[in-house]
Amino acid sequence: MASEQDKLLEEVTNREYQYGFHSDIDMDVLPKGLNEEVIREISRRKQEPEFMLEFRLDAYRKWLQMESPDWAHLKIPKIDFQDIIYYAAPKKKPQLNSMDEVDPELRATFDKLGIPLDEQKILAGVAVDAIIDSVSVKTTFRETLAEKGIIFCSFSEAAREYPDLVKKYLGTVVPSGDNFFAALNSAVFSDGSFVFIPKGVRCPMELSSYFRINTMNTGQFERTLIVAEDDSYVSYLEGCTAPMRDENQLHAAVVEIVTLDRAEVKYSTVQNWYPGNKEGKGGIYNFVTKRGICKGDYSKISWTQVETGSAITWKYPSCVLMGNNTVGEFYSVALTNNYQQADTGTKMIHLGKNTRSLIVSKGISAGKSQNSYRGLVKVSKKADNARNFSQCDSLLLGDKCGAHTFPYLEINNPSAKVEHEATTSKIGEDQIFYCNQRGIDTEDAVGLIVNGYVKEVINQLPMEFAVEAQKLLQISLEGSVG
Amino acid sequence: MQLSEHDISLQRLFAENRELIEKDAAPGVNAAREGAMEAFSKLGIPSSKVEAYKYTNLQAWFKAGYTQAYGLNGATSEALKQFECNVHELDSYTLFTVNGKFVAGSNVEALPDGVEAGSFAELSKKYPELLKRYYGSLAKVEEDGFVALNTLFATDGIFIYVPKGKVVEKPIQVVNVLTGEQDLMVNQRNLIVVEEQAQARVLFCDHTMSMSRFVVNTVTEGHVAESAMLDFYNLQNQHNGTVQVGAYHFDQAARSLLNANYFTLHTGVARNNIFSRLGGPHAENHISGLYVIDKNQHVDNFSFINHAVPDCESNELFKGVMDDASTGAFTGRILVAPDAQRTNAYQSNNNLLLTENAKMNTRPQLEIYADDVKCSHGATVGQLDENAMFYLRARGISKEEANILLMYAFAYEVIEKIQVPALKEQIRELVEKRFRGELDKCDSCVVCGQLGTGRAKSE
Amino acid sequence: MLKIRNLHAKIEGKEILRGIDLDVKAGEIHAIMGPNGSGKSTLASVLAGNEAFEVVEGSVEFNGKDLLDLSPEDRAREGFFLSFQYPVEIPGVSMTNFMRTALNEQKKYRGEAALSASDFLKLMRDRKQLVDIDSDLTNRSVNEGFSGGEKKKNEIFQMAMLDPKLAILDETDSGLDIDALRIVANGVNKLRRPDNATILITHYQRLLDHIVPDFVHVLYKGKIVKSAGKELAYELEKNGYDWIKQEME
Repeated sequence: MASEQDKLLEEVTNREYQYGFHSDIDMDVLPKGLNEEVIREISRRKQEPEFMLEFRLDAYRKWLQMESPDWAHLKIPKIDFQDIIYYAAPKKKPQLNSMDEVDPELRATFDKLGIPLDEQKILAGVAVDAIIDSVSVKTTFRETLAEKGIIFCSFSEAAREYPDLVKKYLGTVVPSGDNFFAALNSAVFSDGSFVFIPKGVRCPMELSSYFRINTMNTGQFERTLIVAEDDSYVSYLEGCTAPMRDENQLHAAVVEIVTLDRAEVKYSTVQNWYPGNKEGKGGIYNFVTKRGICKGDYSKISWTQVETGSAITWKYPSCVLMGNNTVGEFYSVALTNNYQQADTGTKMIHLGKNTRSLIVSKGISAGKSQNSYRGLVKVSKKADNARNFSQCDSLLLGDKCGAHTFPYLEINNPSAKVEHEATTSKIGEDQIFYCNQRGIDTEDAVGLIVNGYVKEVINQLPMEFAVEAQKLLQISLEGSVG
Repeated sequence: MQLSEHDISLQRLFAENRELIEKDAAPGVNAAREGAMEAFSKLGIPSSKVEAYKYTNLQAWFKAGYTQAYGLNGATSEALKQFECNVHELDSYTLFTVNGKFVAGSNVEALPDGVEAGSFAELSKKYPELLKRYYGSLAKVEEDGFVALNTLFATDGIFIYVPKGKVVEKPIQVVNVLTGEQDLMVNQRNLIVVEEQAQARVLFCDHTMSMSRFVVNTVTEGHVAESAMLDFYNLQNQHNGTVQVGAYHFDQAARSLLNANYFTLHTGVARNNIFSRLGGPHAENHISGLYVIDKNQHVDNFSFINHAVPDCESNELFKGVMDDASTGAFTGRILVAPDAQRTNAYQSNNNLLLTENAKMNTRPQLEIYADDVKCSHGATVGQLDENAMFYLRARGISKEEANILLMYAFAYEVIEKIQVPALKEQIRELVEKRFRGELDKCDSCVVCGQLGTGRAKSE
Repeated sequence: MLKIRNLHAKIEGKEILRGIDLDVKAGEIHAIMGPNGSGKSTLASVLAGNEAFEVVEGSVEFNGKDLLDLSPEDRAREGFFLSFQYPVEIPGVSMTNFMRTALNEQKKYRGEAALSASDFLKLMRDRKQLVDIDSDLTNRSVNEGFSGGEKKKNEIFQMAMLDPKLAILDETDSGLDIDALRIVANGVNKLRRPDNATILITHYQRLLDHIVPDFVHVLYKGKIVKSAGKELAYELEKNGYDWIKQEME
């Protein structure tokens, strides 16, 4: 049995990255390195208003004073921040009205990724703001959304067209000096998405944005800002893939979400960036700051993430529950294989009264990977009747990986009820045997069991994403029983 | 890192008093001071920026300004007079320390042949090979500034040696008394060695008997050899001018059993560093604790259960009740080493917050590098169960009484872990008294029957 | 003994009781029946003083006192007893300690002397015998690990210990096997006196075969919609609640 499992494990570890291709699109690139001039140039090329440049420069100055965090359960190789290209835009700046005008190469790229664009949009029912490296090239469904007063556009466009909104909310959830990577992002962010849902509007479709890191040695620093006004609702999907590379690529995104009274934002991520090869060479460094603030009473922010890619993941989508009766949720599946490292979790900061939070985290470790859950539940002194429940489970596949759980519970109010539970175990041999006995081979059995294990999280994803996420897990896991 | 002013003054203090400190200590103990000095110059007293000390900042307390308890500071005769200790219920061998120095033992001559229990200073000279083998083997100076500080200044404490196959039926009770008119810093050092197939029960009772401020840094190392059994109890009942860092490092060999219980019923600032290494297959431990605190007391239990080898089991349960403006903290780290297969590790930390100013920070942590394991941890912070409260009131029990009943019921699970029936009964009573507010400011110790002196001013 | 007038109660803003009127005199046994969700258990909880419910209107007089004005424990000490539908498990509190505390607090309230330990144990033995309960139940923590039947028997035992003037048995029959049902019913019958009264809240006729009520009331949508003698229970058993619903709507 053991040798058979080893063989299966080997098979999985040898599996090549399916999305590893490189598209040859003509790029407009700034030279490597970072200084104030580069930042001014980024801002200039993007024709940004003055306040944006000030925001960037302020962040840059803060960043210079900061040090890369070392508290996570990660081994991070030293990053040379002067060896990174901070701006790359497709040269043919597309102002496109139909699919025919899209660069054929780019369309082929999209096709390989399976991104639903015009032709597929009815089928998929998704509005897509696709980003190749740094500049948004195509946005669909804009008109449909515009009718309802919804703004869904690239961040650069928003900075030009809706400077007042951007100025009002940018940096209010994740201040430019929040942490090392957020500061870096604030200084150099290239593009991203901006979503604004006006009062009383339920966004009729899932908003979706695909990110791809494409140019060699390009750091990707997107910035996403979602504002949901009173009584509004939106579900936002983010999907990420990156082609295969030898050098590590840095990715430091920032996502900010603001919900006003009774608004709800659901943010879902499926991340399968290149994790490096089976020797642990290459792969993306994914250092992301995602935070939402439930500013208005009775508002809700829900994070769902399926993390299967990246060489190193450092990511804690958080909720600041500021309004009364607000709700924060975090659902996560993090899968690591080979030499991948993940340190991910959430922070639930209870400030308002009657606030509730729920954390469901499912970690799966295989190969020689290290997978950590790190979370904070903080109940401040004035947060009467706060409730939290956390369930953090880890599943180990193989005896060379690690699974770790580091929750922090800081409770400063006696009416709080906070419960944390965690379990760690290997995949049940009896379960596998039971499946075998019913004629299901071990590989399928593992897939079956893991799918059951993560079901609670996957169920939170919109249908199209749920299917993709399950497929991703399956690909990474077939036979990983040690 | 940069040493603080206090750290430097402590180093200077050591240099100035080195002769006095080393005078009566065993050569092995003195030899360890060099390494301790080197480690301390790197670590200093940890600030709350050090992750392990995140919730307890002790830097302000540990400074050279206090009188150091190198000698007994004239407290001996006075204290000894009061130690006509009559332990009514608990039939035990009793040892006393005053300000970290061993002063007397009662009934110890009745210990089984070959079993030693007495002064660390004396017995470490009598058993140099034990000292060489075990001293500093678990509490490593380079891992914690407090261990380094203790190793630098330590002169005396308790030494317990239970040779192979010996069974000590009655508990060995160690009464650690802090007293005297001067504010005092104490660095007590204890060593417990329980050899193959031996069995012992050790109870540490920590008390204060005068109103001075006491800053205590005690290190206890315990070795439980193959198939040996050790029950260890620590009962802390000190006035709220006490700041105590207690490190308890245990190492277990194959098939050994350790039960360790830590009760903090009254204190000022208490930090317990509870380390337990399961170093041989089929070793098992049960570690539990209860902290009941009020006023502005602070208790931080930091535990680290290290599953270094396969086939071991650990169970950990800590419960706390925080009243007034008290603050509780708990860290429970479970490490399962690579290849430590078939590990079972369970941990639970439950807390009650009784007032709006009480706080609790808890960090249960699992760090697992083997796959065939069953590990879980759970932590809760909350209040008394409203349904149970209503049920009791609907039977005519007043709110106050129902509160006490339910708090007691909350603590019950920990008390149940005590293996010595007489001790269990006494701690049970003590805890109930504590909940009734009848036990305050350490007026007395029920377990050893000692009268203490309350520290009137609140800290 | 008990006088309920126009009682309205809410939970989480939702009105469950919409004007209850009920009179219970000493020596009587009343049965309150009704479909699920009609407010039967809410009535029991409100009378016992559960703070989850808010009384918005109406009055309840118990032996001349305003019941709604009293804390839950004072209601109990005045002789009001609720047999819980779901008795709460309280690990760590022994039955003996629990009962002694409850009984002595009652005695203190009434200005009587506390029972000595030996008198208390004697009373325990005596009551256990009366209600025919295994002695080991009282050696355990309150309801901890008890089966459904054991919990209900334990409620009746507590009732025997505290000797209430008015007892409400909230669905005490649900989930009982036939032996447990008999024990519960015998207990109630044995404890019956001309100076006390009992209200049975039940969904089924079954319990009423063993404890014969003087009056049967039907609770529907928060109101008592029908009151009659014991024959009403048989009618409900035979025809269900649908005819009542039809009559009402």
